[in-house]
Amino acid sequence: MPLDLSDRVQTVPPSGIRRFFEIAEERDDVISLGVGEPDFATPWAARDAAIASLEAGKTSYTANRGKRELRERIADYVADGFALEYDPADEIIVTAGASEAVDLAFRTLVDPGDTVAIAQPSYISYEPGVIFAGGEVLSVPTSKADEFTLTVEALESAGADETDLLVLCYPNNPTGAVMSEAELEPIAEFAREHDLTVLSDEIYAELTYDGEHTSIATLEGMRERTIVFNGFSKAHAMTGLRLGYALGPAKAINAMNKIHQYTMLSAPTTAQHAAIEALDSCDEEVREMVAQYDRRRQFVLSRFREIGLDVFEAKGAFYCFPEVPDGWTAEEFAEGVLREEGVAVVPGDVFGAGGEGHLRVSYATGLTDLREALDRIETFVEEHV
Amino acid sequence: MSEREVLELLRENARYSTADIARMTDLEEDEVAAAIDDLEAAGVVQGYQAVVDWDELEEERVRAEVELNVRLDRETGYDDIAERLARFPEVTAFRLVSGDYDFDMEVEGDSIREVSQFISEKVAPVPEITQTVTHYVMTSYKENGIEFGDGEEDDRLSFSP
Repeated sequence: MPLDLSDRVQTVPPSGIRRFFEIAEERDDVISLGVGEPDFATPWAARDAAIASLEAGKTSYTANRGKRELRERIADYVADGFALEYDPADEIIVTAGASEAVDLAFRTLVDPGDTVAIAQPSYISYEPGVIFAGGEVLSVPTSKADEFTLTVEALESAGADETDLLVLCYPNNPTGAVMSEAELEPIAEFAREHDLTVLSDEIYAELTYDGEHTSIATLEGMRERTIVFNGFSKAHAMTGLRLGYALGPAKAINAMNKIHQYTMLSAPTTAQHAAIEALDSCDEEVREMVAQYDRRRQFVLSRFREIGLDVFEAKGAFYCFPEVPDGWTAEEFAEGVLREEGVAVVPGDVFGAGGEGHLRVSYATGLTDLREALDRIETFVEEHV
Repeated sequence: MSEREVLELLRENARYSTADIARMTDLEEDEVAAAIDDLEAAGVVQGYQAVVDWDELEEERVRAEVELNVRLDRETGYDDIAERLARFPEVTAFRLVSGDYDFDMEVEGDSIREVSQFISEKVAPVPEITQTVTHYVMTSYKENGIEFGDGEEDDRLSFSP
């Protein structure tokens, strides 16, 4: 049969938010809190550097791993910011978004039959990534009782000790949860004890509002078994420029680079020029964006409490994760508030186990719209609950 | 420190309600109100104004930046001259600056004639003033940190992972 699709592709269901897209298209007054990217434009200095690089005709491929200059800047940035020490020569690879880096890691580390434990709810690409790589997924649900942090109990009761890899993402999309050093320590111990490789997606590291971000790779005995993902999409508001990176032991990064050089060749050159400038001169803009997110975070949390929806204190990324009222599913509530009030939020189920009964509400939106959206949600709750 | 935070928010948008400022910070609403009172009483906050793009209005509004050079003497200092000129309602800003001239004065009026008359009749004759250079504002692109124009449209997808 022609075009006989692979089982791997067919196993993966279509994205759960497709239907909501279509509903949102029917109205022209929708305020979207369903967006997983910053509302800010890339800092002007970074855009300007990208333009200058185009004017200078710098449009060829770069080194497979990314421009040396950029890898050096990244090494300095993660060392200063998160105490992560990596050699730009062979422990850093620049990719087309952190998403590519995650995919490379799965394809590098997963053999058919391997099981990958994924702390959920989480970013929707991990599960398909594992399946495309031929592996199997073990969901490890986290819960509101633990403020959506990953615990050893959750790992044990899901049976994660039998797996080969563990994927975690803190600060978390979709919950906004963060994990402190004290909370990560037992997870690190679990990984050492059961000889797990850890894939730590830290794309939201810069958006940590209460205390400092700790990377699990900095804990004892973890560097050799961890790959860290980060990128420019969130902190530097560069989603469309598609630029991320992975940090890890040379053995893994070299192997990831093998796939990368045969598929992507190199990450977008223009974006790399923007990224160098972003790390050189845009700290102040990043700080200002983080301050804005923090204000909005507090505003949105306050409003949900006033409206009477139960919400835990999200401390990272740009999401909060309120519970829907009793008697509602997340999907019913999200559909209702979209159809009747024109506010788009994402039902938590989309993000895997543990997300049911919750809504992902993004506050990567200006305060005027946030205020109006929360007023509309309040109206919806008053009318229906 | 809380005053500083409130000030920052007022500088961002002076029309934020005290309730909204409280929601955005760790403060209670009455603490926000007290912080604003204190800022006003201490003279830190001198007033609140709308940022206007005059090009969007039908009627004419003429604005000029005027460079002023002065000669001081034993009896007259910068402050004396500033006090004398800043009192005119036509003057919207008045600053002592470094560089080629002494004062940077902003003037507003309903017509070029009115503004020119003000400068030639009220400003130039002041004995300490040795020179005036008037620049009429042709177009304003940004004022008080706010860029003019239609703003950039949000072209993000309404749902993204």
